[in-house]
Amino acid sequence: MKLTVNGTEHEVEVDPNMPLLWVLRDEIGLTGTKYGCGIAQCGACTVHVDGQAVRSCQVAIGDLNGDVTTIEGIGNPETLHAVQESWVEHQVAQCGYCQSGQIMQAASMLEFNPDPSDDVIDAVMSGNLCRCGTYPRIRAAVKTAAAKIREA
Amino acid sequence: MGIVSSITRRTFLIGSSAIAGGVAFGIFAARQEPENPLVATLEEGEATFNPWVLIDSEKVTLIAPHGDKGQGVLSTQAALIAEEMDLDWGDFDVSFGEPSGAYWNRGFAEEGVPFMSTDDSRMAETMRGIVGGITKLAQVQGTGGSTSMPDSYVKLREAGAMARETLKAAASAKTGVPVSDLKTEIGKVILPDGSELKYTDLAADAADITPIKDTPLRDPSEWKYLGKPMERLDIVAKSTGTMMYGADLSVDGMKFATVCVNPRQGGEMLGFDATAAEALPGVEKVFPITNGVAAVASNTWYAIQAVRAVEFDWGPAPYPAEQDAHWTALENSFGEENLDSEWRNDGDVTTVEGEKVEAEYRSPYVAHAPLEPMNAIVKVTDDGVEIWTGHQMPIFLTQQVAAVAGIEPEQVTFHNQFMGGSFGHRLEFEHIKQAVEVAMEMKGTPVKMTYSREEDFAHDFPRHISMGRCTGVHADGKVVGLDVAVSSPSVLASQGGRLGQGLPGPDSQIAAGAWNNPYGFDNYRMRAYRAPELAPVSSWRAVGANGAGFIFDTILDETIHAAGADPLEERIRLMDHEPSRIALETVGEMSSWGGELAPNQGRGVAYVESFGVPTAQVVQVTNDDGFIKIDKVWIALDVGRVLDPVNFENLVQGGVVFGLGHAMNSEITYSDGMALQTNYHAHEAMRLYQTPEIFVRGLENQPKMRGVGEPPVPVAAPSLGNAIFAATGQRIREMPFNKYVDFV
Ligand code: FES
Ligand code: FES
Repeated sequence: MKLTVNGTEHEVEVDPNMPLLWVLRDEIGLTGTKYGCGIAQCGACTVHVDGQAVRSCQVAIGDLNGDVTTIEGIGNPETLHAVQESWVEHQVAQCGYCQSGQIMQAASMLEFNPDPSDDVIDAVMSGNLCRCGTYPRIRAAVKTAAAKIREA
Repeated sequence: MGIVSSITRRTFLIGSSAIAGGVAFGIFAARQEPENPLVATLEEGEATFNPWVLIDSEKVTLIAPHGDKGQGVLSTQAALIAEEMDLDWGDFDVSFGEPSGAYWNRGFAEEGVPFMSTDDSRMAETMRGIVGGITKLAQVQGTGGSTSMPDSYVKLREAGAMARETLKAAASAKTGVPVSDLKTEIGKVILPDGSELKYTDLAADAADITPIKDTPLRDPSEWKYLGKPMERLDIVAKSTGTMMYGADLSVDGMKFATVCVNPRQGGEMLGFDATAAEALPGVEKVFPITNGVAAVASNTWYAIQAVRAVEFDWGPAPYPAEQDAHWTALENSFGEENLDSEWRNDGDVTTVEGEKVEAEYRSPYVAHAPLEPMNAIVKVTDDGVEIWTGHQMPIFLTQQVAAVAGIEPEQVTFHNQFMGGSFGHRLEFEHIKQAVEVAMEMKGTPVKMTYSREEDFAHDFPRHISMGRCTGVHADGKVVGLDVAVSSPSVLASQGGRLGQGLPGPDSQIAAGAWNNPYGFDNYRMRAYRAPELAPVSSWRAVGANGAGFIFDTILDETIHAAGADPLEERIRLMDHEPSRIALETVGEMSSWGGELAPNQGRGVAYVESFGVPTAQVVQVTNDDGFIKIDKVWIALDVGRVLDPVNFENLVQGGVVFGLGHAMNSEITYSDGMALQTNYHAHEAMRLYQTPEIFVRGLENQPKMRGVGEPPVPVAAPSLGNAIFAATGQRIREMPFNKYVDFV
């Protein structure tokens, strides 16, 4: 099976029912995408498929239909994505385990709507659980990121 | 106040074996300094002055032995050293270090003594010293009880000062310039002529110099980093997916595994059939371990699919199968024979005249459920065991691993990792022991064992349940007496029992949050009853104060309302501890308490002391057509000194979210011996849409340094319940509150 992740093509030999999450983590070795629940409840596994935020624990690799972007693909410590830059500025992370998913969800939202209302932010980001409770900073960082993206 | 007469009756966290070692010898031996573990691996040209600083010609490495589960202590420990050592922020490596008695936790002594944290009498301080000695002797290295900063605050600055002065001495020896003419700045010694010697260039010289001790510490007014916003050292990695947690690490030749153990915790496995599991793709091996089965595969998902395909015959739970029976056990424990301790008996609450308010309260089991599920990589060879995981108790971990593998603790190499949360679950060892069992079966091959979320919920060791029976007495518009009785199983006995440690005295955590408040009631009785052990339970962020603090503050609030007094003013009137009174006054001022509210709005205030931190909170809710919405929260806490204001605010806000979210929405209940809640859909605590605005104020009026990981949590439930009462007239006496009201 072939898939394109962050612009690179990979070939994997796995059960077509295997979720994309586990292909990324244990086959390709991209561990920025996290396992939290496996049942679409936490959002830790959020990646983009053709730009859309999806829960990679819910996409069977055999059904994958598009190019995958993971947290490693939108920026890196030297060149941060606008959303990552805002996350650093606001020092959002505590344990940080949920934050790849939060950032991928926010990045995709802002791609489609760079000026989301508070209600839209609440609605879109509420699928991503943060057990450490960094929500006040997530709200603030999303707004900073939105402003950066609008100005860019 | 009910002060202690005899030490033997009382609780010591570290258990009876340490006490039996003898206090006199303990104090003598405890004066010796443990060995610096960095010396053993020192190479030519490297210098170490104490267990926290290592320098070679390339770099400075700081050891931050307190584990980081999200609270940011890796960064703050480094800042304490860097402040005195004059390092450039971030221009050094930080390691969690190896397990060592040198990293014994002084902060545990505070919580191990049966004195109120506000008690600085000679007796209390003496006992703290003795328990500190035992903690050192027993080599209790660990992270918990919000002790990282109390433990580190002085000693890590001293470590930094020692390193700085020794490096200056080395520079002086090398250049002939007297030490008094040398300065230090961003990792360098500066000579009077302006020339500079990097610390790294002085490492080889410094290695031969006896470390210079007893340098006075700098006054906080001179601090460059501490007390000011700092960029957390882990923040970029955690914003780019590049932070490697235990779950993410990879070791050469590693295989993937998971386990499925009897979901009736502690119950046996009577039999299993793995025929179907073994036939699944990617599966290498399926085999029994203690009370369950493990699967090793080429991918974690294959392993999870495999254990799901196993047919099990599970034995019964070693505790009541149905939740109702757990509550009945608590109801039946309010008798003399179960009295664990009478913690307070001031005045005489049984004879005080006035009108009475009586009420019963319940606090449920709740899961820790950190987002990173339990995991560990283990490699077993003839030489010993190597293990990679994030854990709060490094030395105990090596002992537990050694016991399973049948080797000595010295043959265990432990690499501690950043943790994707813990909330107390990473004090436990079950998953560690299982990972070792798996790796023993796969000898020579490193195996990464990861729990499925369902396994993690089934084996969470939740927060203990507790129940309160209380009477408040009021007269002339004032509270004149409180009688608080709490019954719960002992979390310390449950946790210690799994380590083979008994609990020689009462369990302070049955009463925490209720006995240790510094109110000056004329008549106050607080009795703790120990229910039999039920489901296995473990310390859950802030531990006992979550239940008993809710019980205590709610009966107080009910009595204040019945007296017709103002909830904030009456608490302030009753308070007999200056920093606590200031905390109450501060939330009053922050929230403009007493100001106009809409008719469908209400506010509640609560005060709970947790791990030495006086904490006051006001919550404002709106009753929106029968749906409760939390609008705003104001919280003030006194930690002695705020070391990193940004991280402090983040941690406190997170604590508020954690406390409120579980008080509103979450519980673990048992049926057929199993936790009914198997994943986050049934135990989600708070999500973003329910999160209120949270305003935080750190206060610095108390004399001691305190930690802030846990203290913000226990005030959440009572302040929210009190606010809902103010808005609706409905008093909620049981968590989670969503059993009684709907939230927006
Ligand atoms: S792991 Fe996919 S949503 Fe939780
Ligand atoms: S930062 Fe820990 S789960 Fe979000």
